[in-house]
Amino acid sequence: MDILYKIFIDPFVQMGTAPDLLVQTLWEGLVGGMLYALIALGFVLIFKASGVFNFAQGIMVVFAALTLVGLHAAGMPAFVALALTIVVMLGLAYAVERVVLKPLVNQPDIILFMATFGLTYFLIGFGELIFGGDPKIMITEELYLPKGAITIKALGGIIGLQKLDIAAAIIATVMVAALSIFFSKTRIGRALRAVADSHKAALSVGISLEQIWVIVWFAAGLVALVTGIMWGARSDVSFALDVIALKALPVLILGGFTSVPGAIVGGLIIGVGEKLAEFYWGPLIGGGTDSWFAFVIALVFLLYWPHGLFGEKIIERI
Amino acid sequence: MRAPTGSHIAAGEVLLAVENVSLSFGGVHAIRDVSFDIRKGEIRAIIGPNGAGKTSMLNVINGFYTPQAGQITFKGQTRSKMRPFEAARGGIARTFQNVALFRGMTALDNIMAGRTLRMHRGLFWQIFRYGPAMTEEVEHRLRAEEIIDFLHIQHIRKIQVGRLPYGLQKRVELGRALAMEPDLLLLDEPMAGMNLEEKEDMSRFVLDVNQHFGTTIALIEHDMGVVMDLSDRVVVLDYGQKIADGSPDEVKSNKTVIDAYLGVAH
Amino acid sequence: MFYREAGQFKTDYASDQAVFPILQDRIGIVVIVLAAYSLVLAQNDFLLNAMMIPFLIFTLAAIGLNLLTGYTGLLSLGTGAFMGVGAYSCYKLTTIFPGVNIIIWIIVSGFFAAFIGVIFGLPSLRIKGFYLAVATLAAQFFLEWCFIRIPWLYNYNVSAAIEVPQRELFGVIVTGPRATAETRYLIVLTIVVVMTWMASNIVHGRIGRMWMAVRDMDIAAELMGIRLLPTKLLAFAVSSFYCGVAGAMLVFLWYGGAESTVFSINQSFFVLFMIIIGGLGSLLGSYLGAALIFMLPIVLRFVPPKFGIPVHAATVEHITFMTVGALIVFFLIVEPHGLARLWQIAKQKLRVWPFPY
Repeated sequence: MDILYKIFIDPFVQMGTAPDLLVQTLWEGLVGGMLYALIALGFVLIFKASGVFNFAQGIMVVFAALTLVGLHAAGMPAFVALALTIVVMLGLAYAVERVVLKPLVNQPDIILFMATFGLTYFLIGFGELIFGGDPKIMITEELYLPKGAITIKALGGIIGLQKLDIAAAIIATVMVAALSIFFSKTRIGRALRAVADSHKAALSVGISLEQIWVIVWFAAGLVALVTGIMWGARSDVSFALDVIALKALPVLILGGFTSVPGAIVGGLIIGVGEKLAEFYWGPLIGGGTDSWFAFVIALVFLLYWPHGLFGEKIIERI
Repeated sequence: MRAPTGSHIAAGEVLLAVENVSLSFGGVHAIRDVSFDIRKGEIRAIIGPNGAGKTSMLNVINGFYTPQAGQITFKGQTRSKMRPFEAARGGIARTFQNVALFRGMTALDNIMAGRTLRMHRGLFWQIFRYGPAMTEEVEHRLRAEEIIDFLHIQHIRKIQVGRLPYGLQKRVELGRALAMEPDLLLLDEPMAGMNLEEKEDMSRFVLDVNQHFGTTIALIEHDMGVVMDLSDRVVVLDYGQKIADGSPDEVKSNKTVIDAYLGVAH
Repeated sequence: MFYREAGQFKTDYASDQAVFPILQDRIGIVVIVLAAYSLVLAQNDFLLNAMMIPFLIFTLAAIGLNLLTGYTGLLSLGTGAFMGVGAYSCYKLTTIFPGVNIIIWIIVSGFFAAFIGVIFGLPSLRIKGFYLAVATLAAQFFLEWCFIRIPWLYNYNVSAAIEVPQRELFGVIVTGPRATAETRYLIVLTIVVVMTWMASNIVHGRIGRMWMAVRDMDIAAELMGIRLLPTKLLAFAVSSFYCGVAGAMLVFLWYGGAESTVFSINQSFFVLFMIIIGGLGSLLGSYLGAALIFMLPIVLRFVPPKFGIPVHAATVEHITFMTVGALIVFFLIVEPHGLARLWQIAKQKLRVWPFPY
């Protein structure tokens, strides 16, 4: 009975008696979830437009952050480094289109998926070869990102909100809004949705697949850069992040591969869920549950909703 | 090849009956309240314009789709839906509109795969590929070779089917279905995309299967000449509904059928 | 010119259904196996310990993954964890029953891995492709967490690692620091040869055909009476068995001790890359892929210094990553069937040489 009490009752008693801790945990979860959501957003962009499940998105985040820090360390002013990094991401998008996507057009999805494993490992090796494997510190101040924390006295305790996290939330919101407008209102956005529906049909009405793909991968690269800056500001910049970046996958399972709102909602659910689970239930089984919590949730979820919360249901035909 | 076994139904009696079956996807009605039967030993054609629900009907019969209403009686057993596995066990084999072969396997392996249900040696013997497993393997290889001879595809035995031309793929697919020694063979457009000569070959195979082995056949086909020549009875679907059922001659002179094909306003 | 099958007539289906119907192939296999065994005589510790033993162990893991991914078409990213299950169960078994022959426990630990594999394979009924890949990631991370957080698994060692005890077999030391490379090599080689032979039997028979049918067109397979769930679960079980045995050998017959990081996600990718480069759905490919991926860092480390180019260990690692990544993309584009297909093409050329028409 004791164990049942600890699992089913005690955590909720704790939440009730110390609401400030609960709110703090929720906030931490939301911030973590936002970063997952941003990586997932990059996945969704690419998946919608090219049907490629881009496993390398997490690595692109690290790669972008590392390039930015590396260029700055090489003596460039922060904003010049930022601009150059954007150019690098454009170059990456172009190279990926040329070297990976174009030769593999019309191959089964799973082959393209595996090709992005190759891309992942290539980027890890390439990034470390050029910038070194040791963890680096993000140039937060030089980019005029706020630091420090706002403390709110409420709910019988103190809740600390990092200014950086608030800024991240604002920037993320603006970026998602800008992307939505871009994809729903512009000519390229329409073409992109056409490509997402059918490659062949899009080709037949004269849409250039190459151009669309470069644009989408570039957009995903920009998202990766923003994510990388945010993430790097919270911890070090190193390829150790790649394992954490994998958590965008369960986010996608929850949200569906093709839905931008899905990615965001899924990210927040996973972020909050794993923080709550670790804080209130984790100690019961030795802690460290956030390494697998998201994946197991996704696994259970898959059994009941194989197409995600916002995904499209596919009717199989023969 | 052996004649199908395990069936207590005499020739001419109803082997499979579909009663009041309806099927829809979301708001789209693919099949609306259709009933017909297939008698043992006959060649039954299902025809109709594109999108009439013919393939959906076959998918209901072998359990790939679950109908919202109606029932299916097969070999005297009535159920509201078939399960793919039960259908295969019960002796329903199938070919597909867009060839659904196992592309990475050789023609021989495809046909051998058709004999899976009749092979029983488990993992233990398979690991050693010796004794009973090998005896069984050779015994079924013999059956597979009979089918290969029957369809004249000896020369492509060990070629990956993905690399074969379309006509031969269709033939291998028929072979794979025959390997199951089915009581009921469903053929979904077996002659689509073939030239005249290939069509004649395929028609001959279909007739031979029906006459020599007594296999009951239900086929979907667009070539009216083929349908009229081969089939004993024809059922016509249009917009998911049955609009005619009878001998080829009756159907040919049916006013509704002619309208459906020529596109008279509804 | 010598690689000809002319004159070799098969008079019954048993010989035509054989795994190697061509005489030269059979001779070749025998020669290679004999050569592999005779490497023991070389008395070269580096060759056996740093190259052959790990190469063979990774080959076995690659065969395991290939049965699942290459033959049945189910992509798994949990190979590392399944290898870990084998290693930790072997450790527990030999701790609890120290008297029993360690080879038996290495094999038995495969069954534990198979069991875990089946449990995590259950979702494969409803999901496929990259959805399944994510599901197997759950296995990877959850099991990895177990290896760290359940001290019982590593006997509460302070190092939080498996420390391989000394075990003897007929008076010869087999595991532990004092076991010779020769002994361990012979055991690894024998297990890998026997298990390769078994895998080859399975994939050439009824079960192999069922797996490939599910891989190539699962709907058609189902409509032919192949039940998907048992077929897929069997693939998970056999595959995990192979990975489990490989994991147990990795720790007991090579490393001599290991912590959870050995069975990380990177190990999973490592093995997956072996089969992509070697050839999906080919046992020979598992060997070729393991050889290439495993030898690459060794070559990078030892060849450039011979030409007077110094390389750091870290640089070698970075270049290995880059090269492997590039190779993956290259093979997926140019030859999705990997090195094994290149070998087949070479064989076909050899068959008709010197008169190709």
